[in-house]
Amino acid sequence: MTFDIFVMQAFNGLSLFTVLVLMALGLAIVFGLMGVINMAHGELMAMGAYTTYATAQLFAKFMPSFMGIYFLVGIVFAFAVTFIFGFLLERGLIRFLYQRPLDTMLATWGLSLVLQQVFRHLFGPKEVGVPTVSWLQGAWQVSGDIQLPLSRIFIVGLTLAVSVAVYLLLFKTRWGLRIRAVTQNRAMSGAAGINTERVDAMSFALGCGLAGIAGSSFTMLASTGPVTGQQYIVDTFIVVVFGGVESLLGTFASAFLIGQMQSTLEYLLSGSMAKATILLLVIVALYFRPNGLFAAKVRR
Amino acid sequence: MAALILQVDGLTVSFDGFKAVDGLDFYVEQDELRCVIGPNGAGKTTLLDMICGKTKPSSGTIKFRNLELSEMIEYQITRAGVGRKFQNPSVYEDLTVFENLEISYPKKRNVFGSLFFRRTDEIAGRIETQAEQIFLRDQLRTKAGLLSHGQKQWLEIGMLLMQEPELLLLDEPVAGMSPRERELTAELLNKITAGRSLVVIEHDMTFVRMIARKVTVLHQGKLLAEGTMDEVQADERVIETYLGH
Amino acid sequence: MANRIAEPPPPGAATPAPRASPIALLFKLGLPILAALLLIAIPSFLGDFRLGLAAKYLCLAFPAVAIVLIWGYGGILSLGQGIFFGLGGYMMAMFLKLEAAAQDNTGSALSQFYGSNLPDFMVWNSVEALPWWWLPFHHLWFTLGAIVIIPAVVAFALAYANFRKRVGGVYFSIITLALASIMAIVIIGQQGVTGGANGITDFKTFVGIDLDTESAKRGMYFTTVVLLLLSVLAGMFIIRSGFGKVLVAIRDREDRVRFSGYDPAMFKAFIFAVGAVISAIGGAMFTMQVGLASPSLVGIVPSIEMVIYAAVGGRLSLVGAVYGALIVGYAKTTFSENFAEHWFYFIGGLFILVTMFLPQGIAGLLDRFRASRDRN
Repeated sequence: MTFDIFVMQAFNGLSLFTVLVLMALGLAIVFGLMGVINMAHGELMAMGAYTTYATAQLFAKFMPSFMGIYFLVGIVFAFAVTFIFGFLLERGLIRFLYQRPLDTMLATWGLSLVLQQVFRHLFGPKEVGVPTVSWLQGAWQVSGDIQLPLSRIFIVGLTLAVSVAVYLLLFKTRWGLRIRAVTQNRAMSGAAGINTERVDAMSFALGCGLAGIAGSSFTMLASTGPVTGQQYIVDTFIVVVFGGVESLLGTFASAFLIGQMQSTLEYLLSGSMAKATILLLVIVALYFRPNGLFAAKVRR
Repeated sequence: MAALILQVDGLTVSFDGFKAVDGLDFYVEQDELRCVIGPNGAGKTTLLDMICGKTKPSSGTIKFRNLELSEMIEYQITRAGVGRKFQNPSVYEDLTVFENLEISYPKKRNVFGSLFFRRTDEIAGRIETQAEQIFLRDQLRTKAGLLSHGQKQWLEIGMLLMQEPELLLLDEPVAGMSPRERELTAELLNKITAGRSLVVIEHDMTFVRMIARKVTVLHQGKLLAEGTMDEVQADERVIETYLGH
Repeated sequence: MANRIAEPPPPGAATPAPRASPIALLFKLGLPILAALLLIAIPSFLGDFRLGLAAKYLCLAFPAVAIVLIWGYGGILSLGQGIFFGLGGYMMAMFLKLEAAAQDNTGSALSQFYGSNLPDFMVWNSVEALPWWWLPFHHLWFTLGAIVIIPAVVAFALAYANFRKRVGGVYFSIITLALASIMAIVIIGQQGVTGGANGITDFKTFVGIDLDTESAKRGMYFTTVVLLLLSVLAGMFIIRSGFGKVLVAIRDREDRVRFSGYDPAMFKAFIFAVGAVISAIGGAMFTMQVGLASPSLVGIVPSIEMVIYAAVGGRLSLVGAVYGALIVGYAKTTFSENFAEHWFYFIGGLFILVTMFLPQGIAGLLDRFRASRDRN
């Protein structure tokens, strides 16, 4: 493998990483902190992607002169829509199932099937794509043979920014402190005057909102179909489990590792076989480190 | 001196740097009933956890007869003859008292043995005798979840006895019991110590006085004092620990 | 934990009804009634086409029965039962395909060129020789043995390895899910030797019996029913044995069971392996009757769908699982014949409603009904 190809492959891996890490950060909050298995997390990503698509359609129809900024607005909309949906989902369904994690898996799987059909009704069974805004077209010519598309550089930057924001939110704000307090000791937090139900709903909504941003970012990489989310759900869970469920940094590193391995293996095998190989490798790795790569060594 | 059944040497465990048990030596003789007391956080429960395999020690050895328990896992330790009662009574609440005792019967504990397990009259008889001993003769058909807190404690002791252990580890066996129930339990423990050894953790000093021959006092993971109840209560350091702050 | 205690005992448990209400009778006679329905009522009233459909759903009832054992009693939610259904199905398909290829006397020009009777899809994919692992499936007894033994060994090894390391609960569910996904991907990706996305199909005979005749179809239906009833019986035997009690104890208090001297990993791995064998038998019968082994019955979507069969019937009811598979299967056919686009709303809604409001499924509903009757 020449150096040029190596760089391009690594960069491709980085693009996959952006989607995985945004999805996985959302899941790390919902699953890692709250212990909820949301099988519809992929559909929330698709919801974010479709929201971005709908934003593009609206801009093209009503404000064609502002097409340049639709993607930024789309990201905000995607976050808002999935955040609100997540909030309602937690209040309407998830909170009744907190004591029954396996049942939560089934109920949210049912939700994912319903959402897929809603997408089919609203946007049709075919995949839809969004236009790349003018200022993200083109590529950065690093050297003779290395070209990095601007759109991908943008989403890598977006991912880093969102990741840092999530970190700051969880570890440097009062709100983050509350989330961590509730997830560690619910009864105590309640006694300390924290509205635990509200914190639950907001945390879940935040996790969903991150999936929405992942969806926006996904539209820059590929087109979106009704089952797009389902194709990523297993990978995302594997990323979170592999990283160590309670570690955000672990999630980040594991998404990076899996993204890079996938793009490297894709160079050697076919795309789907690369995916199968990685899943298998991760399962074997989990056998040796059942708590994930970055789990803290704390006895319970 | 009678033969030692349990021999703990230099036992240490640290959680994230905090040493819950720190270089502890602890010996229990055959047929002995030993009480372990100490303030909260002294490492009493952690000590039992390590003996029964629930927690793995960081260093040190735990010899039970000729077996090194720190290298075995829970069910092997149980099969070797060590029984553990937990602080919160843990019984199978969805099963009846009878079934709880039956599941503790120390034979046919592998997959195929249990698959083709037949309840013989002999086993049923043992279960009834056991229930009699733990004052639950009339509750055999009751689901364990419906028992009172004290009765659950008894049931768990009964489950241990069904296992025919040589060493019983009892963590706060009379918590949540009425004074009358405590007396009955003291009688029970005094009776069952024939042929086995008991290690009992208890906070209730009146109860300890009823059963104890030898008392071990732990403090901050270390051995503070050991002796008869009177000796221990007269010990300066013990008084300091309990009353000094 | 607390809500477990409040749950009604499993139907079929030894609780004699105080009054012989029809419902109580239904419970007492759950298995005989099911047997009568499947052996007498369905075959005499359904036409050949509908009987074929019933046979198909009954094959899917095998994994549902397995899930009741694994999940309802063992507390292990397997989201990868399609793996074992698929293993059984594909092994049977390999046998049938080789038999079909051997009889292909007309033979395509290509297969004559290669000099051996390769399965047609291999010829289309320019595979020149039969892969070594196909070879033993020329033999009937090897195939039948493999359908039972291979899933059992795979399931046991997978489960024991994980449970010994105390990987359980949702983590194990995610691992089974990932494995189901891997298996579907590999089958689709290795088209030349697995038939790819189209699956393996176009069988002719089974040990010389033409599969396309009415009598063969009836025979296969009855074979399926007998195997299914035997699976349910085996499940009942397991649940009522000492093993079953230990299993329930593990489900509810795994930490405690270790201190009663049992190795929970061994028990859980065993029930998982039993479930795998039952599922694989269902898969093999499915292949024979539907004439197809396909990755669409292996991946995550079908695997999770199998859980809903068990959940609808009642996760603690072996007989209920069969009804669950029949009801959901029937609904699927009705939807696909009339308003296919609403199927996802139906099945998705079913997942949500059953877990939210009917965690004990139909069996639980009947239980509650019986309880209220008995009170009056």
